[in-house]
Amino acid sequence: MRYIEPHGHMVSRTTDDYQDMVTAGCAAVCEPAFWAGFDRSTVHGFHDYFCQLTDFEPKRAARYGLPHFSWLCINPKESEDVKLAEEVIGIIPGFLQRSNVLGIGEIGLNKNSRNEMKVLEMHVDLAARHEQLILVHTPHLEDKLKGTRLILDVIRSDSRIQPERVLIDHVEEHTVRLVLDRGHWGGMTLYPVSKCSPARAVDILDVCGGDRLWMNSACDWGESVPLAIPRTALEMRRRGWTAEAVDRVIYQNPIRFLSQCPKFKLAAESA
Amino acid sequence: MTRQQVLDLYFMDARCKLIDLAAFLDRVDRGTGEADFRLSALQDSLKALSGAEPLRAKTVLLTLSDPTLEPAAKALGKGAVGAWPGAN
Ligand SMILES: [Zn+2]
Repeated sequence: MRYIEPHGHMVSRTTDDYQDMVTAGCAAVCEPAFWAGFDRSTVHGFHDYFCQLTDFEPKRAARYGLPHFSWLCINPKESEDVKLAEEVIGIIPGFLQRSNVLGIGEIGLNKNSRNEMKVLEMHVDLAARHEQLILVHTPHLEDKLKGTRLILDVIRSDSRIQPERVLIDHVEEHTVRLVLDRGHWGGMTLYPVSKCSPARAVDILDVCGGDRLWMNSACDWGESVPLAIPRTALEMRRRGWTAEAVDRVIYQNPIRFLSQCPKFKLAAESA
Repeated sequence: MTRQQVLDLYFMDARCKLIDLAAFLDRVDRGTGEADFRLSALQDSLKALSGAEPLRAKTVLLTLSDPTLEPAAKALGKGAVGAWPGAN
């Protein structure tokens, strides 16, 4: 088995996780900028984090032979402070040329507030000006439906954005169609309690087809499972999916979306 | 998959989750003090299980969701609780 982990917050994980992922067939990991569990107080904190995502973490992953890519932004959970967000967005262009940066993400909404919306619009503008791919976080639990609708409208209102260059993450049964019908890609996050269980993710693939969907563990410092993708692949096999069909979802689909950024290249792209 | 295959693969898991849910509701009943909107939201969403269409998961999620579209004036905190408390 081979797979791509398209959404993992590896700065929060141990080297044991890297070893387990590579052992299970992980061929690349992509790390969106995330909330640290506390609010960073200055733009300098973000500068150091972006250095970690684009310099230190790729080196750590390389020790296990794993290509590491990243996405940059100020996370929606820290977007209530618009002035700080403006400062952080101001330093991102200085990092966009780094070799492992795939685009702007994970941007989006958390509590669906006006300030979060403003910062989302600023990020979408940044992505458009620099022709970057976009990775979007949708809110949690009861806020997801509303947040997804608001996000989709913000993206549609910027005519420079091509829908197929945007992946809307953390979709569930009530939001997946909204996302796919707009021409975007959807991401299903495999979490122990919230978001999707492996069985539900495979249900969504059965119902919606696997053309523009990927799966991720979104492993971070909270309850999450770095091996959620290979475990879900096992679920697919138990349900009669062929090895080729599983490979299409967990390996080829992420490559199809991510390859829209020319920097996403895997050294040994073989079976 | 045939229905038989689905049952073979998932019946025990569903049975386990159903009994856990029943035990949770019993536990709430045995508790003291007032419950809040989360309990009534859960009870409302249980009605979706007796629906005739294979849209039950979606319906449960919609029942627990904020259906409004107006952005909030301010983000009060960062977390979510799993059910919408209503407009007030
Ligand atoms: Zn994330």
